[in-house]
Amino acid sequence: MTLRRLAALGPVVALFVACLFFAVQSPRFLTLGNFSLITQQVMVVGVLAIGQTLVILTAGIDLSCGMLMALGGVTMTLLAGKAGMSAPVAIAAGIGATTFAGFLNGMLVTRVKLPPFIVTLGTMNIAFALTQITSSSQTVTDLPALFTTLGTTVPVFGTRIAYGTVVMLLLYAIAWWLLRETAGGRHLYAVGNNREAARLSGIDTERVLLVVYTMAGALYGVASLLAVARTGVGDPQAGQTENLDTVTAVVLGGTSLFGGRGVIVGSLVGALIVGVFRNGLTLMGVSSVYQILVTGVLVILAVATDQWSRRNA
Amino acid sequence: MVEAQRVTIADNAPVVLQARGLRKQYGHVVALDGADFDVRAGEILAVIGDNGAGKSSLIKALSGALIPDEGEIRLDGAVMRFRSPADARAAGIETVYQDLALAPAMSIADNLFLGREVRSGGLAGTLFRRLDRARMQREAADALAALGVNIRSITQAVETLSGGQRQGIAVARSAAFARHVVILDEPTAALGVRESGMVLDLIRRVRDRGLSVVLISHNMPHVFDLADRIHIQRLGKRAALVNKTEITMAEAVGVMTGASLSV
Repeated sequence: MTLRRLAALGPVVALFVACLFFAVQSPRFLTLGNFSLITQQVMVVGVLAIGQTLVILTAGIDLSCGMLMALGGVTMTLLAGKAGMSAPVAIAAGIGATTFAGFLNGMLVTRVKLPPFIVTLGTMNIAFALTQITSSSQTVTDLPALFTTLGTTVPVFGTRIAYGTVVMLLLYAIAWWLLRETAGGRHLYAVGNNREAARLSGIDTERVLLVVYTMAGALYGVASLLAVARTGVGDPQAGQTENLDTVTAVVLGGTSLFGGRGVIVGSLVGALIVGVFRNGLTLMGVSSVYQILVTGVLVILAVATDQWSRRNA
Repeated sequence: MVEAQRVTIADNAPVVLQARGLRKQYGHVVALDGADFDVRAGEILAVIGDNGAGKSSLIKALSGALIPDEGEIRLDGAVMRFRSPADARAAGIETVYQDLALAPAMSIADNLFLGREVRSGGLAGTLFRRLDRARMQREAADALAALGVNIRSITQAVETLSGGQRQGIAVARSAAFARHVVILDEPTAALGVRESGMVLDLIRRVRDRGLSVVLISHNMPHVFDLADRIHIQRLGKRAALVNKTEITMAEAVGVMTGASLSV
């Protein structure tokens, strides 16, 4: 029991150790300005990771999350920038597009009964292609001011926090409450833990899965808005590294890839670990290709540790 | 084919759950071939039969997990049409499945209330289905204590329990919610002697509360120890329904395997 409690603190310890390491490596790491930068970089992966956590808790996986984010970003920026739609409508349409894509993932998983891995591998490629076709692989610029609002920062305790970071924290709080306090949250855990038991207990497991994939799609839409807000453009090349980053964040945060175990706040810590690694390696002058290499190693290490600790629990 | 069917009426307790002429066919395989079923109020009825005799199809039909092609199921005299396990449960029939339908990583309290969580009052309860955790934990502890299932903490994960304790949780869950019948599918199959004894005691206590217990088992000593009456299933039909006192183990096995056509 106490061992389990200690294991739950693992991600926080890992985050602390990573911070310590980079603080020693680079004098710029432990500055308020850099802290502000990390929180802004983390907000996109952080929001994506909420959706990814929900899916992984049901013993699924969502490989389409990064590409859906790119699709959402390009959709909303094209509608506002090129089609001249009003910004709020365009943003709603972008989030609507990713929500619908998430719903489609859910339908394929529950109705056609395909494995989530294959479904989202397919929709990942479809979303990527649609993103390239609609944008002609061109970055969308000249956006209305509303698009960048969430990227603007406000001073907090001597550092600057983006509105988007606040949105991310709010979404985590809501997800935490829903998972912990509601019947729907219990059902989600039950579906991931023992789907047959959940079904026999009278839980509509297919509905739970459909809702989860749809909610994940909506969250990717919000993440795409945050990404647009941060960069100021609609980028068809966005979301390339986010798939692995979100899975890494979720697993580093202590959620089991086999479903039914984990806490949502862990994913926030996991996203921070990923963010700190990317930021710290950049400060150390490590090129981005090596950063990708490090995240690859990180995710395998995290899954291996998870497996090992469960076997010895 | 076994044509002879003898139904012994020993006492006058009313029949709670009844089935007549249940039929279920999968392609060319006939799983149920006009099976009958009766369980009285407050009795333990053991269902025995060889593999492929249609025991589990019969139980699935009674618990809503299988929709029969033909036949009729009556609960307290009223005709029932179960389309899902949820229908049967809503009607007051609880089933404990062989592979223990529990979520191992979740707490005992969460498992007891899985699928029928108690919601808190107010807007959060109705709109977001917010849970009343304190009440669920209190009621779960009471339900287990009432059946003499000893556990340290209601919030511990089910996977930290022994096999017998898990079975105890599963039986207690069904007993806590059943209004008429508890169906137990091989409840002692995976347990050692001591743990089996614990579960058998628990099953008696469930009956002593006035519930009808349907016990599917391969374990003849357990069947003859526990059951009031025995339903012998063979070739998709009920071959016999007898009082435990009127039959020996050898005779029961004879009817089960078709070595003797009647008892």
